Amino acid sequence: MVIGGLEGYLIVFLVMSGIFAILTLGLNLQWGITGLFNIGIAGFFAVGAYTSAIITTVQSPDHLGGYGMPFITGILGAGALSGMIAWLVGIPTLRLKGDYLAIATIGIAETIRLIFTNESWLSNGTRGITGIPGPLREVLPHYYYNLFYLLITAAFAGLAFLFIERALHSPWGRVLRTIREDEMMAAATGKDVFHFKMQCLVTGAVIMGVAGGLYAHFIGFISPEVFKPMQFTFLIWVMLIVGGAGNNKGAVLGAVAVWGLWTGTEFLIDALELSTDYQTKAGALRIITISIALELILLLRPEGLLGETKKTFD
Amino acid sequence: MLEIKNVEKEFGGIKAVHDCSLAVREGTITGLIGPNGAGKTTLFNIISGFYRPDRGEIIYRGERIDGLRPHEVYHRGIMRTFQITRELQKMTVLENLMLIPKNQKGEKLRHIFFDPGGVRRQENEIKEKALAVLEFVELISLRDEYAANLSTGQKKLLEIARVLMSDADMVLLDEPGAGVNKTLLGKLADNIRRLSAGGRTFFLIEHDMDLVMSLCDPVIVMSEGTKLTEGRPEDIRKDMRVLDAYLGV
Repeated sequence: MVIGGLEGYLIVFLVMSGIFAILTLGLNLQWGITGLFNIGIAGFFAVGAYTSAIITTVQSPDHLGGYGMPFITGILGAGALSGMIAWLVGIPTLRLKGDYLAIATIGIAETIRLIFTNESWLSNGTRGITGIPGPLREVLPHYYYNLFYLLITAAFAGLAFLFIERALHSPWGRVLRTIREDEMMAAATGKDVFHFKMQCLVTGAVIMGVAGGLYAHFIGFISPEVFKPMQFTFLIWVMLIVGGAGNNKGAVLGAVAVWGLWTGTEFLIDALELSTDYQTKAGALRIITISIALELILLLRPEGLLGETKKTFD
Repeated sequence: MLEIKNVEKEFGGIKAVHDCSLAVREGTITGLIGPNGAGKTTLFNIISGFYRPDRGEIIYRGERIDGLRPHEVYHRGIMRTFQITRELQKMTVLENLMLIPKNQKGEKLRHIFFDPGGVRRQENEIKEKALAVLEFVELISLRDEYAANLSTGQKKLLEIARVLMSDADMVLLDEPGAGVNKTLLGKLADNIRRLSAGGRTFFLIEHDMDLVMSLCDPVIVMSEGTKLTEGRPEDIRKDMRVLDAYLGV
């Protein structure tokens, strides 16, 4: 079997959709279920990507690392470091009310990006890290490698989905939803609000960090430019809002749908045969398309494509 | 059972609670009345751990509880309700109750993944108890309704159901009768009496004097952040100082 152009494209599309789905699931845990206002997703994603890259690449004079460790070690390290940073962010901010976490997370994400931009010894600055290995990349032909990577991504996305779904439909998830609805009430009924929020922030960040690792190994190259808030923070929010906050299936659906729309505009620009003058502004067209989609959802279906479902017992 | 000693709480120079000392005896339904701004709700917030007193002590069953966080106070056996009903809107009536029991296994991630059987068993027990409570307060037909869709009266009943669901020995009720019609008020009072006969102690803030006079003994009067007087309801009714406090003379 030879995988042709269109199938090849589709596979790449699905791998990226899977990575976005993992990020959106992490955000759903934090925001959709617990109400934690994290707008620094790109920061945790970046920490994951750089950590895994540094752990797995071969030695290089350009940046820290060159440990040449296996892929899975990189992914585990990505999740662990991202979770640790979330823990540090959580200590001063989680006792405060919602908006402070938002300000802190966006600040941290920008700080992280600037560190990777300026600390060349660590990350090779704006030139980024190249030659990030992928599992079996040397062995498998290019197309099959992408197919193989799709399986890996799907496995991680499935794991994240099952984990959050299971935890959600348990008393643990019930406490998280209580915190979202009314923090004071949660405390008055004996729940240690800070502890639960911390668990949720860290778990979500671990998931986001793993997504970062998966991204780095798939693309093979990362630079600070990638981790600007547009694609890996705000787009994730759009995905969750469109798909339906509070619903894990909605999170996955939103990720695939919005990423489809995002990449689909590329075809649209080609099809429109715009003058080169307009083609250079194609990025703006993309953002406009996504914005319109978001507005439509907010107006017509504010709960998202799949809203939160009611939990009932037999 | 509960002792408040010389408690003070200041907000930006205004003393909401000022050198306040009072005690609630075990097994009583103690009423707390007083004009608006007397510091009643502030006092409840201090007892339940939402505010830390600037000075003074709160002693529950011989141990100091001031300085504990709200969830720790709950774990000591004190439950509180809120003046404005705070129901968990996008959660069902049943879930609002199933949340209440403390030390639930399934609230720990490790148990969810490594002892799912144990979690399920306990969850079933909690569900059965919640259903029985809903049966008792006659809200069973609304079990799967979002709490947001309940009427004010039903929300008050849900509050009583939450008390029933907990194993708290002392219950602080902040205006259980506010916004409730006469018929339901009678039902609420009956429920409180029945729970009291079952061994729970109540400390309640209320503005409806009929309810206070028929339900509470003793009644404590607060004014300007401190205890004005305490006594049997019929004596309080005749006390001119209480009238003065309300009229601001």
